[in-house]
Amino acid sequence: MKYEVVMGLETHAELDTESKLFCGCSTKFGSEPNTQTCPVCLGLPGVLPVMNKKAFEHSLKASLALNCEISNFTNFDRKSYYYPDLPKNYQVSQNYFNIGNNGYVDIVVKGKEKRIGIHNVHLEEEAGKLVHPEASGANYSLVDFNRAGVPLLEIVTQPDMRSVEEVESYMQTLRNILLYIGVSDCKMQEGSLRFEASVSLREQGANFFGKRVEIKNLNSMKAVLKAIAYEISRQSDLLDKGEDVLMETRLWDDIDSVSRRMRSKEEAHDYRYFPEPDLVPVWIDQEWIDETRTAIPELPVSKRQRFVNEYTISDYDAGILTEDRLLADYFEECVKMAQDSPKELSNWIINDVLRELNERKTSVQDFAIPPKMLVELIKIKPTIGNSIAKDVFIEMINTGKTATSIVIEKNLTQMDDVSELNDIVARVIEENPKAADDYSQGKKNALTFLIGQTMKITRGKANPKILTEIFEERLSAGSK
Amino acid sequence: MLSRELSANKIKEKIIKREITAQEVVEELFEWIDIKEPLIKAYLCLDKDGAVLKAKEIDKKLSNGDKVGLLAGVPVALKDNICTAGMKTTCASKILENFIPPYDAFVVKRIKEEDAIIIGKTNLDEFAMGSSNENSAFHITRNPWDTDCIPGGSGGGSAAAVTADMTFMALGSDTGGSVRQPSAFCGNVGCKPTYGRVSRYGLVAFASSLDQIGTVTKDVSDAALLLQVVSGHDGFDSTSAAIDVPNYISDIDSVDDNLRIGVPREFFGEGLNPEVGSAVMDALEIYKRNGAELVDLSLPHCGYAVATYYIIATAEASSNLARYDGVRYGHRSQLSEDNIIDMYSRVRAEGFGSEVKRRILFGNYVLSAGFYEAYYLKASKVRNLIRSDFEEAFKKVDCIICPTCPTQAFKIGEKITDPLQMYLSDIYTIPANLVGIPGISVPCGFTNAGLPIGLQILGKHFDEGKILKVAKLFENETDFHLKKPELN
Amino acid sequence: MDIGIKEIEHIANLSRITLTVEEKNTFAKQLTNILGYIEKLNELDTDEVQPMAYATSLKNVFREDKLKSSFSRQEILELSPSSTNGFFKVPKVIE
Ligand SMILES: [Zn+2]
Repeated sequence: MKYEVVMGLETHAELDTESKLFCGCSTKFGSEPNTQTCPVCLGLPGVLPVMNKKAFEHSLKASLALNCEISNFTNFDRKSYYYPDLPKNYQVSQNYFNIGNNGYVDIVVKGKEKRIGIHNVHLEEEAGKLVHPEASGANYSLVDFNRAGVPLLEIVTQPDMRSVEEVESYMQTLRNILLYIGVSDCKMQEGSLRFEASVSLREQGANFFGKRVEIKNLNSMKAVLKAIAYEISRQSDLLDKGEDVLMETRLWDDIDSVSRRMRSKEEAHDYRYFPEPDLVPVWIDQEWIDETRTAIPELPVSKRQRFVNEYTISDYDAGILTEDRLLADYFEECVKMAQDSPKELSNWIINDVLRELNERKTSVQDFAIPPKMLVELIKIKPTIGNSIAKDVFIEMINTGKTATSIVIEKNLTQMDDVSELNDIVARVIEENPKAADDYSQGKKNALTFLIGQTMKITRGKANPKILTEIFEERLSAGSK
Repeated sequence: MLSRELSANKIKEKIIKREITAQEVVEELFEWIDIKEPLIKAYLCLDKDGAVLKAKEIDKKLSNGDKVGLLAGVPVALKDNICTAGMKTTCASKILENFIPPYDAFVVKRIKEEDAIIIGKTNLDEFAMGSSNENSAFHITRNPWDTDCIPGGSGGGSAAAVTADMTFMALGSDTGGSVRQPSAFCGNVGCKPTYGRVSRYGLVAFASSLDQIGTVTKDVSDAALLLQVVSGHDGFDSTSAAIDVPNYISDIDSVDDNLRIGVPREFFGEGLNPEVGSAVMDALEIYKRNGAELVDLSLPHCGYAVATYYIIATAEASSNLARYDGVRYGHRSQLSEDNIIDMYSRVRAEGFGSEVKRRILFGNYVLSAGFYEAYYLKASKVRNLIRSDFEEAFKKVDCIICPTCPTQAFKIGEKITDPLQMYLSDIYTIPANLVGIPGISVPCGFTNAGLPIGLQILGKHFDEGKILKVAKLFENETDFHLKKPELN
Repeated sequence: MDIGIKEIEHIANLSRITLTVEEKNTFAKQLTNILGYIEKLNELDTDEVQPMAYATSLKNVFREDKLKSSFSRQEILELSPSSTNGFFKVPKVIE
């Protein structure tokens, strides 16, 4: 049978702050276990939380960027559950008055725009990390509280996604937005961006929802896509066989590419939310909202549109350039400096810059060629030709030298002198009479061979345009 | 008069004038403690070595002519739910039996800065949950006026120690009356400031929206002194108020004309011991003679205060005490540790006493799925009604006077099997915690059995200065605060 | 409303406290009694009343995003009943 898939995502993004949400401990990733803790983030008796302003501002900014309604009044709640990585055995979170509600994100799938509803955006504290020793028979687990108390933003969608492609596009769009507004580094490999999916199936056209299955332990976007595809087929198989789908939480096993029922959460959760009395409410006035809104940069969707209009590049290219805010900035800076040729710059960035960034596993801000140097290369390109320019580009990355100095050093300037080229062409025709004859007889591809021979002699420096003209003139003249 | 019988202000004066050294004061005090502690059992831990060391330091400062703090050389005891770096802080609970905090509470830092001498940690009902001190996991403190009686709770240790001259002053915590009620039962001065006046940082939480650190002293001037030191804003407590602290010490003797005192009917009704009632009435007469106007008041929702309190306090406590799980600190079960849930449940079964378990269970019950609105939310709304009652009342009066407790100190064991009766003994102190206003209990007489009676003065938010003045006025006219129990 | 043994067992589990049979019986009785007393709140009509969750009128209290030095790991782990290799140690947790 054909089913309609109904999916929603919960996203956890660690906010980019120096210190934790309620104490001055560092949020740095990858330190020795339990070296970034203090009485507050360990939940020692008697300690109290004081909220990090930056974390709250980031949350507000994200809520606005996700088009949420901002509650005038927000406060924090305690969410109670016992888990050894949760120091107080309650998590300070938001339940009754979230910072942001009823927002949306516009995504594009196969050229069609779709709006994904955001149910709410709220701020909470991160838990620590459990480590399960690999030693066989180890009957214990280990806890590292370095991460405990790092500010965490939770973004909950409406169950608006209907396909794996939509989920993929939503994740990428959301990630781009968070990166654009600078509230999270979104490093999935460090766990600072995590997703949980909920999947339910219903018969096409049905107006009720099926039983919802939540999937956790999704450590990459690829894992999310694999896991939901797996879940869709698992559920449709069950339904096809007339069996029930259980409402449950499943853990994705990326190695075996299967999901398994989560054992520890068998008892229904009763989080016993109530307002956190150790924190005071936050009132957000219009002025604060306006101020925050002005700090939100142009977001990917509108930037992409603007690039198409302003620089007359294709929507596809604009999409690539705007995927990363820094890359878009790089492109715009180049265009501004060159005051010209956006199309050519766009090609260079998409083909050459991105290729090298990928190969060298570096990011645009660490790239060896800043906009100024790239523009210089484009400017002198007519004098060296396209293929030499590509070599110079690589040389620039390897040496850090400018295009001009490389061209001078290696004497790479294109040979434009007609009389000089005339002499060389004469020599080539003399040495390759057969090819010259073929060309005269109308075999056009013989010209390619002749030009190649000339390039060999000039070490590629001959201006191919002038060269073609000379050959055409000489050989057609000779045939007369 | 023996030096240990002097007030904190007086002993400080003598130390500063070098009529006696801080070291002598401490040593004499510990001699007395050695004799009387076995009878009273006010302390959970004493630090004679540390105290003597600190005393020598202060004596040295004085002999060098260096500036000394507001509490120079004054021995102070701390309720054992206030964190002291390097000194055990047990909350009178097995679960924290060996817990040594790595940090000082805000108030501890403050009194240290003012050259107080910390002599030890006093007994309490486990995690400050109780009205009699019988819920301490370690021992029961005795009322110095009658050692068969409870000293009150939860801060019975601090109150008994002050009354028995086993310290000059003490700090306690007051969530539903835990400073004022024991002070009333032991016959000294207990002051609970406004919520937010004194930082809670380092006070082991019982019910976060109700807890407030308070002072236990021999007289009202000492209360002003200690309150002066511990009040003020703290960046580590989000609920700490950034409101200037007036000079309580110098303001205390200034006279207020046209004092209007509210007398709430509801605090003089059923359940009030007639001896207590008449002592309070006598006290009101003294105010009247001194020119105060008595205004008949109604606080119609105060009858719901205990029920409201019990829901809110247990809800908050159930969550505040969730952290005692044996992972990062505290008691860990010796029994099997096959699985984590089992470990938690055993640690907490072994580590908590009955009253604490009862409140955790009840708190989790009222917060559990489906009950939030019926209990917690309902109570939060009634709390607002009680707050409005006081807000209205304070439009008409400067302060409110009523009994601190409905009865005198009861016998050990008398109410322990009936939790509800025990909770009702806090009926007059609880409203101030729900509303967040300051309150002070001062001695205003004795029952026929020779047990002290407390007079409670409640003020507007951040109007501690006023209630201290009103209390001082009464103290000037009476000598109840000078009476000493015979300790045999 | 009554709090029976079943309810006591449920909240004991939520509270992570193992109770003896005797405790279950006593607590069931006592909590039922207290619950009965608390029912008196229902005498009040609170439909139009705002809840009061805080004892303070403070709002918007923040700290600046500034680093402070953490505690030494040794000092922290010394508090723990069980630790190894810089970690806190707990019975095996199964997900
Ligand atoms: Zn910390």
